[in-house]
Amino acid sequence: MSTAIPAKRITDIGPPHYEQFLHPVIKRNYGKWQYHEKVAPGVLCHVAQSGERIYTVRAGSPRLLSIQTLRNFADLADRYCEGYLRFTSRHNVEFLLARQENIEPLKNDLHALGFPVGGTNNSISNVVHTQGWVHCHSAATDASGVVKAVMDALYDRFTHEDLPGKVRIAMACCLNMCGAVHCSDIAILGVHRTPPQIKHDNLSKVCEVPTLISSCPTGAIRSATVNGNASVEVVEEQCMFCGNCYTVCPAMPLNNPETDGLSIWVGGKVSNARSQPMFTKLAIPFIPNNPPRWPEAVEAVVKIIDVYSKGARKYERVGEWIERIGWPRFFQLTGFEFTRYHIDDFKHAGLSYARSAHIRY
Amino acid sequence: METEERIVASPEDVNRKPETPLLDQLEQGPWPSFVKEIKSATQTSKMPSDLLGQVELSYREKQGHWKHGGIVGVRGYGGGVIGRYSDDPEKFPGVSQFHTIRVNQPSGWFYSSQALRTLCDIWERHGSGLTNMHGTTGDVVLMGATTAELEPTFNELTAAGFDLGGSGSAMRTPSCCVGEGRCEWSCYDTMKLCNDLTQQYQDEIHRPPFPYKFKIKMSGCPNDCVASAARSDLAIIGTWKDSIQQDDAAVAQHAAEGVDIQKDVCDRCPTHAMDWDGRRLTIRNEDCVRCMHCINVLHKALRPGKEQGAVILVGAKAPIIQGALLASVLIPFVPKEELHETVTELVSRIWDFWGEYGKNRERVGELIQRVGLPAFLDGIGLDPVPEMVAAPRDNPYIYAHETGGEK
Repeated sequence: MSTAIPAKRITDIGPPHYEQFLHPVIKRNYGKWQYHEKVAPGVLCHVAQSGERIYTVRAGSPRLLSIQTLRNFADLADRYCEGYLRFTSRHNVEFLLARQENIEPLKNDLHALGFPVGGTNNSISNVVHTQGWVHCHSAATDASGVVKAVMDALYDRFTHEDLPGKVRIAMACCLNMCGAVHCSDIAILGVHRTPPQIKHDNLSKVCEVPTLISSCPTGAIRSATVNGNASVEVVEEQCMFCGNCYTVCPAMPLNNPETDGLSIWVGGKVSNARSQPMFTKLAIPFIPNNPPRWPEAVEAVVKIIDVYSKGARKYERVGEWIERIGWPRFFQLTGFEFTRYHIDDFKHAGLSYARSAHIRY
Repeated sequence: METEERIVASPEDVNRKPETPLLDQLEQGPWPSFVKEIKSATQTSKMPSDLLGQVELSYREKQGHWKHGGIVGVRGYGGGVIGRYSDDPEKFPGVSQFHTIRVNQPSGWFYSSQALRTLCDIWERHGSGLTNMHGTTGDVVLMGATTAELEPTFNELTAAGFDLGGSGSAMRTPSCCVGEGRCEWSCYDTMKLCNDLTQQYQDEIHRPPFPYKFKIKMSGCPNDCVASAARSDLAIIGTWKDSIQQDDAAVAQHAAEGVDIQKDVCDRCPTHAMDWDGRRLTIRNEDCVRCMHCINVLHKALRPGKEQGAVILVGAKAPIIQGALLASVLIPFVPKEELHETVTELVSRIWDFWGEYGKNRERVGELIQRVGLPAFLDGIGLDPVPEMVAAPRDNPYIYAHETGGEK
């Protein structure tokens, strides 16, 4: 019998305390910031009550990062930032500089490594997105590839601040929406369009049937015996392809290479500035998956940005611009077809019907 | 087919490069490429090559190749690891097990270069070398571990001061904006509250106790840089009660530098609470809804007031299951000194009610939709106030009138 005492297992310690990761200038002026200046696209300067300044250089990233790239970021932080950096809620990396003269050399090094500086103020910041085919079982499309293709086309909108207002783009690969897709200026959403393909032979072995039946938000799933197996059937007219049944039961896969694809949504926001937070609304119900560069999706997003940048007034977000000009003009300007799919027929649908004689001609 | 032959190579061959003509096209163009990142990780692990091979296959066939979930984890924890298995482990042995490890991020996503390298070194020893900085919920995501490497990775992470995040019907790692760390608009110390709550709720993060997930997000001002009002069951958004702090000389300076104060500030105020006579800006603070627009534009001249705290909102979520919800107001104002105590008490009452009445996979917001906000308020012992609604009801179908007798 072994007499060795096992090492004490460390659990439930939480994250390291943030204080040890704060640049000395930040630590000294924590909670005592006076104002900030917009130095250049991707560069901010925060000025403390003490007069001390901290410069921020923000760079876009593909979110999926190798340890080699993270080590490069660490090297840059050592070279220019006394070893301190942070990331943002939109997958950008931010370098924190005490010395203004380090900004240009850092920008040059980032450029050499292939990371663009920008994403501040009235630009398009990085795309919040999900895993897609790189790591998810329920994805109706890839995320990284679509985002890469879209941001290649919108690169100059990231590195310049020449839009009327902020534009926040998000991408999710299915209706689970592991990203704030439902409240973004422009959202790209992967959609399934055919009911689950039920695996009757093993369903009762891998799933709890009552849980499966109750998982359906429209009550479309009923118990059924198929070829002697306890299983379920789906009332297909009632299925809107949300995939919740697949999440609770692996025998209900929805993925279908022929019918899966993308949809485009517009006009959401989370900020309270001027108008209240808003949901995104449907612009294009379906675009086929066209890897590796999804040109139809890229074209649609670029089109929205183009008409928005020409027509919106200063500070108007996409949703505020559309509210001013009206949805008919949005569809007219973009050339997107308005279809029956654009009219809500789920719960509370009536709230979105036009209930006045306010019509623009 | 020749490409197929190449993909079916030995997993021991680290230098093996699958042919990826479709993914290679995503190395072109100015935006940084995730394909380059995956290729870069082949320097230190044999897993990324098979990931490239499998994703290339997905691009060719237009469908994913991951099996449905799978329950894996570390000893004593009920979450924090997402099981992931290739549906063709023969062809792609390097990703036959390719689990995700979620790691609590430090508040505000601040790091030292040393801490970042520590994470990289651990991940080089035990995993694919691929990460997400960060996942959309906020955790560090270490993507691609075999089942056998989960325990060793966890042990090294905790020895280095890191711990796992949540998954399944557990609390998620709370997240916050940069707050007082680098923003003059923050109305409370978001990073401290975020860290305190993350530490306080380690058990709920690691051992799923709820009907479904529970998220807390903290923003220092109504600009809401962490999208708390869209994405968290409990949103804590900084705001202030008194008047906007105003520096008239700096307002004049903004005007001199070309800001059209009438058009870009006053005309954009949602409650028409501002006047500009060409020399002086007058704010009727009693009409101000604290939207942040004028402060955002006149960023050197205006600041949130001095009586600071937060508004607490409840119930936001994405569409699954019953439809997306934005958060709605629960407590219109909590002074910043009382935030930690109030949030702790509120969270405990919400969890009690939700644990009692919530259905399987029902988020708090959906429970409120199902039972109605009045019943929810009764359940958690909170009095109704007009700030909770956009308007009072417009229908006369009122349940449970108090008629003077017993309720």
